[in-house]
Amino acid sequence: MGDNLYNKVFDKHAVRKLDSGQYQLLMGLHLIHEVTSPQAFAMLRERGLGVPFPERTFATCDHIIPTHSQLRPFRDDLAEQMLVELEKNCADYGIRYLSPKTGEQGIVHVIGPELGLTQPGMTICCGDSHTSTHGAFGAIALGIGTTQVRDVLATQTLAMEKLKVRRIEVNGQLRPGVYAKDVVLYVIHKLGVQGGVGYAYEFAGEVFDRFSMEERMTVCNMSIEGGARCGYVNPDATTYAYLRDREYAPKGKAWERAIAYWDSMRSDPDARYDDVVKLRGEDIEPMVTWGITPAQSTPVTAQLPAASQFAQDDRALIEEAYQYMGFTQGAKLAGQKIDVAFIGSCTNGRFSDFEEVVRYLKQSGKKVQPGVRALVVPGSQKVRERLIKAGYDKVFTDAGFEFREAGCSMCLAMNPDKLVGRELCASSSNRNFKGRQGSPTGRTLLMSPVMVAAAAVSGSVADARDVFSIQN
Amino acid sequence: MQDPKRNVITGPAIALDGNDIDTDRIIPARFLRCVTFDGLGAHAFEDDRAQLTAAGKRHPFDDPERQQARVLLVDRNFGCGSSREHAPQALMRWQKGIVAIVGESFAEIFFGNCVALGIPCVTAAPADIAKLKAAVSKDPKLEVTVDLEKGTATAGSQEIEVSIPEGAKKQLVTGRWDSSAELLEGKDATAKTAGKLPYFAHWA
Repeated sequence: MGDNLYNKVFDKHAVRKLDSGQYQLLMGLHLIHEVTSPQAFAMLRERGLGVPFPERTFATCDHIIPTHSQLRPFRDDLAEQMLVELEKNCADYGIRYLSPKTGEQGIVHVIGPELGLTQPGMTICCGDSHTSTHGAFGAIALGIGTTQVRDVLATQTLAMEKLKVRRIEVNGQLRPGVYAKDVVLYVIHKLGVQGGVGYAYEFAGEVFDRFSMEERMTVCNMSIEGGARCGYVNPDATTYAYLRDREYAPKGKAWERAIAYWDSMRSDPDARYDDVVKLRGEDIEPMVTWGITPAQSTPVTAQLPAASQFAQDDRALIEEAYQYMGFTQGAKLAGQKIDVAFIGSCTNGRFSDFEEVVRYLKQSGKKVQPGVRALVVPGSQKVRERLIKAGYDKVFTDAGFEFREAGCSMCLAMNPDKLVGRELCASSSNRNFKGRQGSPTGRTLLMSPVMVAAAAVSGSVADARDVFSIQN
Repeated sequence: MQDPKRNVITGPAIALDGNDIDTDRIIPARFLRCVTFDGLGAHAFEDDRAQLTAAGKRHPFDDPERQQARVLLVDRNFGCGSSREHAPQALMRWQKGIVAIVGESFAEIFFGNCVALGIPCVTAAPADIAKLKAAVSKDPKLEVTVDLEKGTATAGSQEIEVSIPEGAKKQLVTGRWDSSAELLEGKDATAKTAGKLPYFAHWA
């Protein structure tokens, strides 16, 4: 019987078994940013440890960087101090820092793939849970904590248990107006926010075969919201076409050798899995979250669920979510007035995400409703540059969106982009936790970028298929 | 230096109700604008606490009788969401410091972060956690003892079964939860593994 990609890549990178029974796992790529690395470097200094593989770590800044202006010094002294610290750490240990000056800065999970650093058959880690994004290339990509960042800096390895593997197949066709974001929200809705604990998710099936790399990244990005530490898609011609000629991708003879290695890492047709889930693309509608976990979602056309529909031990959380959000069981989300619209983040801040929105803004000529604060935040400087080159920045600003500099922005509220009070935000990001977007009482509705745009031009939650006449 | 072995842990307990409590709630993002973990303890659950206070209720972390607590009792999928180690760092720096967590289940990254700090997160059946919570709710001074090797948590006459994955258990009971020394010992083996991976040599 054959094996799956997770096991193959894991075995290739397993250095040795530790006394605890865990494995020492070699990391092929380590990405760091300003929030979860300073304490790791402090621990290195304290213990007099060096960084043996500095060329395997890349740094950028994304979480705290303001998006209205990247000019230094930042107005926020704490943010400025964090960046100074990152610059110093990179300089001291010989780590390449993709600063705003390089034109290659951006959200760590946008720039890794964009520069060709992220490659199939690799192990990748970063002190950020959305590292799962990189699995889209057929890599094992793990979010880690700061102590583990220290370990990777000092040894290029991690102590890890081997995960089980669940194959999630989505076959058939997606209907028009249904996007990768809807697919992953649907998967999380079906399997729950804890369903993936102990698993790596292998995403497969006809829908994933047709997906672009950016769509695959959107889905893998949110694996962690389903509890799975990593998610991946087997590498194929789409993967290779995306990678070819990127800055850090292998070139010439090396490219041929790389493809041979990458192909050999693919899950075998008769691979064994610990679990298999099969879903139909046709069953998926545009999804919107209504609660305080990414699993609390509904098709935009549906009524909000009654607490009584849930298992007894889920009801307290459902009631808490309704109370926090101020929504009524049985009501519809469509028509719910929004205050803020946010398009960006490591989930949906790539070129194709914005391009799809531009297509409908242009086609419809619709503008952001007065009273709605609408932000477009490119995931990287390169994405931003491409958008400007295509003239899309103008489309956004003409439609009433603010067009910002690259960063994490309103996804996580460590920078000046924040909700105020109980504002309700239609957001293309990945988490609708209480207070996630910066106001302790702020409220988030997760949805696809096109659905965010539909909400922005309607002033309220709306089915993008109606708003933009997307033919069903 | 303090003995790193984490076999038997005892202390007064604090119970927190609710499934899927994420790390943004344990430590809101604005407190991550820092270059050390110092001072995070004071902000553990800050927004949840403030909201309950505003609603005329009280968060367990604001209960004056629970400020000595060392063992935290939680429900399902505790610590989900962001990988921020600031979450367990805040808990271990809150008042006397949380040194063990008993729950129905834990999110994976949070669990790993806790192990790396020497904090065992043990799981138990929901009904058993309810029993433990009921026992400690009656008496803030009642100590809970988590015994990793025996696989039990006890509070007075109440004893429940708890478990923890074998690898983490071994690390904690042998005191080798700070993995960096062991990983450093694997230096030569690491170089050997890297040498066999074509991409480490740039496909030469």
